[in-house]
Amino acid sequence: MALLTVKNLSVGYESQAVAENISFSVGEGDYLCIVGENGSGKSTLMKTILGLMPPIKGDIERGDGLRQNEIGYLPQQTEVQKDFPASVKEIVLSGCQARSGFHPFYSKAEKAIAKTNMERMGISDFAKRCYRELSGGQQQRVLLARALCASEKILLLDEPVSGLDPKVTQDLYQLIQKLNEEGLTIIMVSHDIAAAVKYASHILHVGHHVFYGTKDEYLESAAGKAFLLQEGGEA
Amino acid sequence: MFEQLAMYLQYPFVQYALIVGVAVALCASLLGVTLVLKRFSFIGDGLSHVAFGAMAIASVLNLSNNMLIVLPVTIIAAILLLRTGSKTVIKGDAAIAMISVGALAFGYMIMNIFSVSSNLSGDVCTTLFGSTSILTLKDTEVWISVGLSVVVVVLFIIFYNKIFAVTFDEDFAMAVGTKANAYNLLIAVVIAVIIVLAMNLVGSLLISALVIFPALSAMRLFKSFLKVTICSAVISVVCALLGMLISIVAGTPVGSTIVAMDVVVFLICWLIRAIGGRA
Ligand SMILES: Nc1ncnc2c1ncn2[C@@H]1O[C@H](COP(=O)(O)OP(=O)(O)OP(=O)(O)O)[C@@H](O)[C@H]1O
Ligand SMILES: [Mg+2]
Repeated sequence: MALLTVKNLSVGYESQAVAENISFSVGEGDYLCIVGENGSGKSTLMKTILGLMPPIKGDIERGDGLRQNEIGYLPQQTEVQKDFPASVKEIVLSGCQARSGFHPFYSKAEKAIAKTNMERMGISDFAKRCYRELSGGQQQRVLLARALCASEKILLLDEPVSGLDPKVTQDLYQLIQKLNEEGLTIIMVSHDIAAAVKYASHILHVGHHVFYGTKDEYLESAAGKAFLLQEGGEA
Repeated sequence: MFEQLAMYLQYPFVQYALIVGVAVALCASLLGVTLVLKRFSFIGDGLSHVAFGAMAIASVLNLSNNMLIVLPVTIIAAILLLRTGSKTVIKGDAAIAMISVGALAFGYMIMNIFSVSSNLSGDVCTTLFGSTSILTLKDTEVWISVGLSVVVVVLFIIFYNKIFAVTFDEDFAMAVGTKANAYNLLIAVVIAVIIVLAMNLVGSLLISALVIFPALSAMRLFKSFLKVTICSAVISVVCALLGMLISIVAGTPVGSTIVAMDVVVFLICWLIRAIGGRA
């Protein structure tokens, strides 16, 4: 059964829909890329899936015993974080807060999980450093480690590579692909259609015409053809 | 001068004042970091004006204990303001300006119309700037202040990790199942309590200084949330103590002396950072 099934979903603010009639399903180990223009509602869709805002219409079903708080999330960066005095370790640890009910302090086990995930993301060396002094790519890896602390099943990433240089972008994509190969389900918002086609197993295109299908189906579709044409023109 | 100080320290009312001052300063600094980082600094300001309005009503009603009115009114205002604040910042901004200026105007008007006191401007000045009220605390007020301070500190320690999570990234915290709204509510209530407590110490116009300056100073020096929090608590307590002692010896107004100390420490921290940053 699918981890996540979305049926005829409309998302938006205060009953004003920004994206409509979205249907897709994500199985275990899938790598879904969500593409679409600026303002087409990708972040809004993410927030709705996460339960941060109510859907306007339609259903979101979670399967296979996936609990609401077992979804790891990497948000589009917010203003507050830019000058926040927090060490890398503090931030990664904060991903553990959903693990086991309420308790005021983190347990040994949770600290171990945080440590493992920092190693996985290659950020152990700056565990004590200040988040705001890291480069954009390092910051994204910190947030990725935090998301991993929250979930070993499914990650939702909202434009994880925006503002990164090509080299760091490739590294981050490879890191995410590695996580996917280790069995994590990935849902990623991206502007980079080339990368989406390269790494994803499924593609969801939000906008005037919603498209959902496997990568190959996407390449055959009108939207995909248009993209390929454009890509060919550029080359 | 030290003999003079030692003599003053014998008096119970001076001791009470020091205890309450330290407790209040400690509480005020704890949530300062969160307020500054969440861009909520102005809420402290707005709430203190609401507290002033409530205080005016309370003094006209001639209650035995002003906190009975001031505390609930300020808490309700805090909840309302933080509710709008988290949804749409611009609307919240205007709402705060409206409520705070309105409360100030009505408070002063009420005091003017109904006051039986012969020294009206003195009363108003005391409420706004604290002046000597910290030295005239009654026993019950001392116990209420200390009790509430303990509650605030304990709540802060218990919820420290959640407060960090909600301050750093509310969306993520909510996504992984933390009840961010509940914690925002908690933060709002605690801020209201702190502001009412701090009114005794520095008066309603200077409260934001007590909340914000230690946090800003600590943020110049340290880079982890825990260290910034501890440092701002230490700075706040030291400034409050020094400020009170100086004001006792030199006869300056308590509230503004404490705030002056906070400003001086902020400038020192800023200098350290500026010099250290260049070296
Ligand atoms: N808080 C809000 N209240 C009302 N409308 C909003 C709000 N946030 C976003 N919108 C609107 O919803 C639409 C979709 O926004 P969303 O952030 O989901 O786009 P996006 O696809 O993620 O864009 P981008 O690629 O720039 O991240 C936009 O038209 C935006 O103006
Ligand atoms: Mg977006």
